[in-house]
Amino acid sequence: MPEILTVTQVTIYLKQLIETDQLLQKVWVRGEISNFKLHSSGHMYFTLKDQTSCLRAVMFRRENQWLKFQPYDGLEVVAAGRIAVYPKNGEYQLYVELMEAAGLGSLYLAFEQLKSRLAQEGLFAPERKKPIPVLPRKIGVITSPTGAAVRDIIRILHRRHPRVDILVIPAQVQGETAPASLVKALQIAGSLKELDLVIIARGGGSAEELWAFNDEAVARAVAACPHPVISGVGHETDFTITDLVADLRAPTPSGAAELSVPEITALANRIKLYTDNLYALFTRLCARKRAELERLVCRPVLRQPERWIAVRRQQVDEGKEELIRRMKLLLEDKRKLLRKEMARLDALSPLAVMKRGYSICLRESDGQVVKESGAVTPGEDLRILLSRGKLRAKVEAVLEDVMG
Amino acid sequence: MNEKLTEKTFEEALARLEEIIGALENGELNLEESLKLFEEGIALARHCNAKLDEAQGKVELLLGVEKGAAVTAPFTPEEE
Repeated sequence: MPEILTVTQVTIYLKQLIETDQLLQKVWVRGEISNFKLHSSGHMYFTLKDQTSCLRAVMFRRENQWLKFQPYDGLEVVAAGRIAVYPKNGEYQLYVELMEAAGLGSLYLAFEQLKSRLAQEGLFAPERKKPIPVLPRKIGVITSPTGAAVRDIIRILHRRHPRVDILVIPAQVQGETAPASLVKALQIAGSLKELDLVIIARGGGSAEELWAFNDEAVARAVAACPHPVISGVGHETDFTITDLVADLRAPTPSGAAELSVPEITALANRIKLYTDNLYALFTRLCARKRAELERLVCRPVLRQPERWIAVRRQQVDEGKEELIRRMKLLLEDKRKLLRKEMARLDALSPLAVMKRGYSICLRESDGQVVKESGAVTPGEDLRILLSRGKLRAKVEAVLEDVMG
Repeated sequence: MNEKLTEKTFEEALARLEEIIGALENGELNLEESLKLFEEGIALARHCNAKLDEAQGKVELLLGVEKGAAVTAPFTPEEE
């Protein structure tokens, strides 16, 4: 009697078998997407099929958020992941971790690899970007000399700035030799000192047609160009390595032309505006200074000097009065002092003694005070000063010097 | 000032012009300084205008480079 297994046992057996297989745990599968469903949870459910077989597949939200494209029925893809069994449905399926669009896939991978390498080198760093001149005089245009791109660029450049000089530097923009041709053109452009700006451009095309602009040598030549470089490759949605290295990326060749030169009328207007501003500002400043001057002139002292003088005159008058008053006081003081001194003097004067009856005898001939009888001789004239009045006298005799 | 002015690029002249207008707008300068700036500003505006007229609007196709100089021919793109 053979051993009877439950469904679960079989399923678990298969699950273990499949999920321990080396090959099936990291497998790359190429196929066409069908029955694609994006669940509201964000997970993707679909079937990969080819002519004879199909394989259920799921790509969870965690993985599919990194997808660079939106999968759709009929798209050929290469999906990487592991095969596992889903016991509930008894189904094996591919749990997709990575998915690339086939065909474009390898190129795409190459693109991503180059991009991350150059990014690591710092080739896309904003601080490397050269500023675009406001008013370039001469612009080098690297593109095919035939075709719509060069025509559009020239038309737009001259519409915006009729006097800008344009040098078309011819280059192959698609095919095997395009990268080398673009590199050479970039080197030539870099060597021409008269250029102020370089446009590198190509009209729209398939990814393969634009591929030269994802070439590493081209990218490095753009980075090495001493002039600022504006890229305009393909359409709005095309992003190339050249775009990333360029100092400025325009979405299209026409866009590159738009970004290269200013609308000259706008610029001329701006300068006109600045000039007007200058005049207006300066006029206003002069007016303000004049007003300041007017205000000064209007000050009373300048407008009605007589008033100012009247005030000053009053001050002078007041000063004068004060001076007189003080002078009087001073004189009064001095006078008092004088009286006092005179009284003192009076007390010391011989006149006061003479009032008491003394007199002074002078010799008439020489005015000498006669202090002793021997100083005169008889017959000599004397003058006698009394308290009141004077006498003239003559010596009759000189008596002995005896008191009494 | 004029000697230095001719060496100025359009961008430099334009930037200086903007700076001067800013300074005058600020209005904290004395009359002499303002007059000097005003004169410089007018000269810069003239210089900018001259720069606008400097190029000639030529369109050329590069044929080659000889001794570092471009060899060119007049270029007219094909019509559609």
